[in-house]
Amino acid sequence: MHTPQQNRLPKTYRISAVTRETELVTSFTFAVSLGAKPGQFIMVWLPGSDEIPMSVALDDGKKLQITFFAVGDTTKKLATLKKGDLVGLRGPFGTHYEWKPEQHLALVAGGYGAAPMYFAAVEAAKDGCSITAIVGARSKTHLLYLDAFAGLSGTTLSVATDDGSQGHKGYNVDLLRELLESRTLRLRSGSTAHAVDQVFACGPERMLVAVSDLCAEHKVVCQLSLERYMKCGYGLCGNCVINGVRMCVDGPVMRNEIARTFTEFGRYHRDGLGKKHSL
Amino acid sequence: MNLSQTVRGVTFQNPAVLASGIWGITAASWRRVAESGAGGVTTKSLWLTEHKGHPNPTIISTDHYTLNAVGVPDAGIEKAREEIGDYNKQKPVPLIANIIANTVENYGKTAEEIAKLKPDFLEVNISCPNVEDEFGKPFACSVRDASAVTKAVKAVSGKIPVFIKLSPNVDDIGSIASACAEAGADGFTVINTVGPGMAIDLRSRLPILANKVGGMSGPAIKPLAVRCIADVYRATEGKFPIIGTGGVMTGEDAIEFLLAGATLIGIGTAIGYRGAEVFRLVCEEMTAWCKTEGVKKISELTGGMHRALGIRT
Repeated sequence: MHTPQQNRLPKTYRISAVTRETELVTSFTFAVSLGAKPGQFIMVWLPGSDEIPMSVALDDGKKLQITFFAVGDTTKKLATLKKGDLVGLRGPFGTHYEWKPEQHLALVAGGYGAAPMYFAAVEAAKDGCSITAIVGARSKTHLLYLDAFAGLSGTTLSVATDDGSQGHKGYNVDLLRELLESRTLRLRSGSTAHAVDQVFACGPERMLVAVSDLCAEHKVVCQLSLERYMKCGYGLCGNCVINGVRMCVDGPVMRNEIARTFTEFGRYHRDGLGKKHSL
Repeated sequence: MNLSQTVRGVTFQNPAVLASGIWGITAASWRRVAESGAGGVTTKSLWLTEHKGHPNPTIISTDHYTLNAVGVPDAGIEKAREEIGDYNKQKPVPLIANIIANTVENYGKTAEEIAKLKPDFLEVNISCPNVEDEFGKPFACSVRDASAVTKAVKAVSGKIPVFIKLSPNVDDIGSIASACAEAGADGFTVINTVGPGMAIDLRSRLPILANKVGGMSGPAIKPLAVRCIADVYRATEGKFPIIGTGGVMTGEDAIEFLLAGATLIGIGTAIGYRGAEVFRLVCEEMTAWCKTEGVKKISELTGGMHRALGIRT
């Protein structure tokens, strides 16, 4: 009750660097840390316009980075901002990915899911984890953070594109399947074990469903980042519920065994009015 | 310790009910809140037809207050039918359906449709302070308007008790309550959010809420709620049940509301401060206080302050 609530009031910061990742994707860096962990999100406010949730792409204790696709009204406006312009930030909110030291993690990233997955890779590598990053996108020009992943020690990078313009032609989940099948060890007792300790996934919900099914089939621990329409970010408005569970508080990162109990997972989401829409 | 309260024939296992506007958009959400220990749940305000809310930012908080200008978004009656219908199939705690409209006539139409879904109570939101640009001053700010809405709702709600949700942003909340009581109201929800208030971002020099202003809730408004509950209780001679809402964080806050005249306690913003567990915590804290003070049944606390003051009720 006496924990500070200032992170629930947006405060504006000046953009300290703008990076054009691709034609449609931009990253902003701010010279501030919000103490965010991989998988958590923040609310990003364009003063006088709107405020939207975004995964944190990096928070190293000194600076914070966000990466976004200019696809909606607000992200298109954000993409026109320059170094020195003001953006409001509040958070971080929600759950984050969790790992144990020296685990082998498979990180499955679809589209802009590459940004939080990169953040997870950076932090997990500090704990001595070995990482297989599987990055997917529609085509080569939509792939994100490849150089960043490639520059991380202890990280193996695989790439998939829908059109085959780079890496495997097909889905990143195909590569996860190959990895899980090839890394299954048959023990002398006759049972099997995995060299992959955990799978983390962030991307479109159809991809998450495929990862969820695959991990359940292979009995591998898996954490998924589930996205829903957010307003407050801290459990009051109730807009981001999946089966009544607020994704801003109990998500966005959910353990697969819990996500699989949600009848709404992979089926529909709700808009700002609470109306259902099929995924 | 018996925390149950029977209000207008409906028994609540404990008095801590989910207040309208917080979390309660779906049947699954109402059940989650019940699992967290709430004695009842209130829907977010239901419109007859789709109503868009305000853009973000819509809800912001500090340690002391929360400001909201969500703008009462709702998908309309079809969604209400689906969600309340679903909830009725497996209903852990009583459901209070909160309704809203833009005219007296539409309050009647909305109440008529929602009453068919058989909620335990109808709660009539005539007091939202963050849609004034769209609809003007709330109906709760005028004796005549508040009374007219009450009559329109009562005419179509059958046996379902009707609670009028009052605004603190008036000169004399007691006279509004008296007028609604005369018009047939069965009880009151006291209070809706306060203000509206405003918060400004220093660097951009702009109001933070997209709507510029928003209703204030949270710990800071509790004394105002206590005074309003006491005013309504006194004005209606303690004959009407009151759902006391506004800034309740703890069991002792809830006890204070009962002493002012409340029978049930609405909890909303506190979820943001103490988590979903707040319902269970408030009940545990009420129980602990009652044990220490030798109170056997919380129903004996309602209106206690008025009796202590020696005011006949």
